[in-house]
Amino acid sequence: MIPTAIGGISVTVVFGLMAWVVTSAEQWPRIKLQFFNIDAMIAAFPRVLQGFWVNMQVWLTVLACVLVWALVLAVVRSLRAPWFAPFRLMVVIYIDIFRGVPALLLVLLFGFGIPALNLPGLPNSGLFWGAVAMVLSYAAYVAEIYRSGIDAVHEGQRAAAKSLGLSEWQTLRYAILPQALRNVVPALMNIVVALQKDVALLSVIGVRDAVREAQIYTATTFNYSSLIVAAGLFLLATIPMARLADYLTRRDRERRLQIAG
Amino acid sequence: MIDIDTVTKYFGEKLVLDRVSLRIAPHEVVCLIGASGSGKSTLLRCVNRLVAHDYGTIRLDGVAVDDPRFGKTGLQKRVAIVFQSYNLFAHMNVLDNITLAPRRVHGQSRAEAEDRGRDVLARFGMAGFAASYPEQLSGGQQQRVAIARALMTRPDVLLLDEITAALDPELVGEVLAIIRGLKDDGMTMMIVTHEMGFARDCADRVAFLDGGVILEQDTPDRLFGTPQEPRTKAFLQRIIASGRL
Ligand SMILES: Nc1ncnc2c1ncn2[C@@H]1O[C@H](COP(=O)(O)OP(=O)(O)OP(=O)(O)O)[C@@H](O)[C@H]1O
Ligand SMILES: [Mg+2]
Repeated sequence: MIPTAIGGISVTVVFGLMAWVVTSAEQWPRIKLQFFNIDAMIAAFPRVLQGFWVNMQVWLTVLACVLVWALVLAVVRSLRAPWFAPFRLMVVIYIDIFRGVPALLLVLLFGFGIPALNLPGLPNSGLFWGAVAMVLSYAAYVAEIYRSGIDAVHEGQRAAAKSLGLSEWQTLRYAILPQALRNVVPALMNIVVALQKDVALLSVIGVRDAVREAQIYTATTFNYSSLIVAAGLFLLATIPMARLADYLTRRDRERRLQIAG
Repeated sequence: MIDIDTVTKYFGEKLVLDRVSLRIAPHEVVCLIGASGSGKSTLLRCVNRLVAHDYGTIRLDGVAVDDPRFGKTGLQKRVAIVFQSYNLFAHMNVLDNITLAPRRVHGQSRAEAEDRGRDVLARFGMAGFAASYPEQLSGGQQQRVAIARALMTRPDVLLLDEITAALDPELVGEVLAIIRGLKDDGMTMMIVTHEMGFARDCADRVAFLDGGVILEQDTPDRLFGTPQEPRTKAFLQRIIASGRL
């Protein structure tokens, strides 16, 4: 009771002081006008929100593609049959390349580069190819997460499955992957949150997402409040996800402790 | 029934089995004893081909275990193994654990597999646990489920690799009782064990493995009573000193 009260008071005092220092600074009125202008915020809000809706759609689509494609990569990498060696090697090279190159560079390369080729039969939109770049890049990380989950499944589970006559694929499908996926949920949640923000990279190739819309507003009015609106929308989306990630991580740790103890 | 003929196995440079020969007749129970690292598990795993041996031949009723006639799963159907650490699938309940192979590998329907599954569970006193998950069971119960899982396909040979070594002492008995029951039913078994008392009264023959070589094999009475090789004597003396015989 008393510790809680002390905590509450100290938070109020410290944050109050900080607010007082900031707002009493000489430059505060200018900052407020440039970044926290209510009128500008209200004016920019509908378009930024519309852009944010694009972010959310791209996020979910890319996420679904990443989860599936990364699983394919991880499975190929963990199959042990000797004749699979060239495919394993391909996956290793793939992961090295797409983890090593900045996502922004990939987005530029795919989003501007491929539409410029005018390839017949393929979509020509920057949005499509930018999203492809995001999928390729993120899948490299997620494949490694899956793989760590697969490696963490005890070797005895493989031996048991094999001794029962399950093929290598059946062993993965029925014995290993279900346990591996459960192991990596917390790690995946962090990727989900990171991707939610990184979709904004697509704004550099002209996709009219929240950041792009806010920038357009900024460019015409020389006022940055629209960017703050976009930031607020991102926070609104990412903070609950981050809390969910924390919760799942905690629950996972408790489950492990229970098994261990 | 099983004919292990001058089998040699290397792990990398390391010689783990050195020209091992051992024959097991139908309905015979052979116990393998020996120090840690002597190659007991490896020998068992060669028999059901969890490990591929390098030289020599292992035959099941005259057919080599690597013969294509066994197909992908024929050998596993006839030779089952139970491990020290149970290795039940942690994400599946007991019934799913034991019906996985019959359904996915041997093409049985769910109803057919589950009928047999419930019978086998009942036989081992686990009928009430079909819906339980492995982590909810004691070690002894998990091991009984693992034995049930191994017997689902009615194998001819059962390989047991130190199946009581991970159990609390008071749970060892319930598992060994099951093995005695299987012996009475005429199951052919190869048993790796540190339970010398059990080897003594359950085995038809005991083989002592030392550094990848079968130094000595005989009836339990003779091998435990009048061991011929000095190294066998020394091994048994250590066991006696630690109070396990
Ligand atoms: N997969 C493997 N890769 C490399 N070496 C291995 C492998 N499995 C076993 N070995 C080695 O082969 C030797 C024999 O091992 P094995 O497990 O057969 O012994 P064991 O008699 O069963 O011993 P324990 O009583 O400790 O179970 C050991 O030196 C071990 O380190
Ligand atoms: Mg062993």
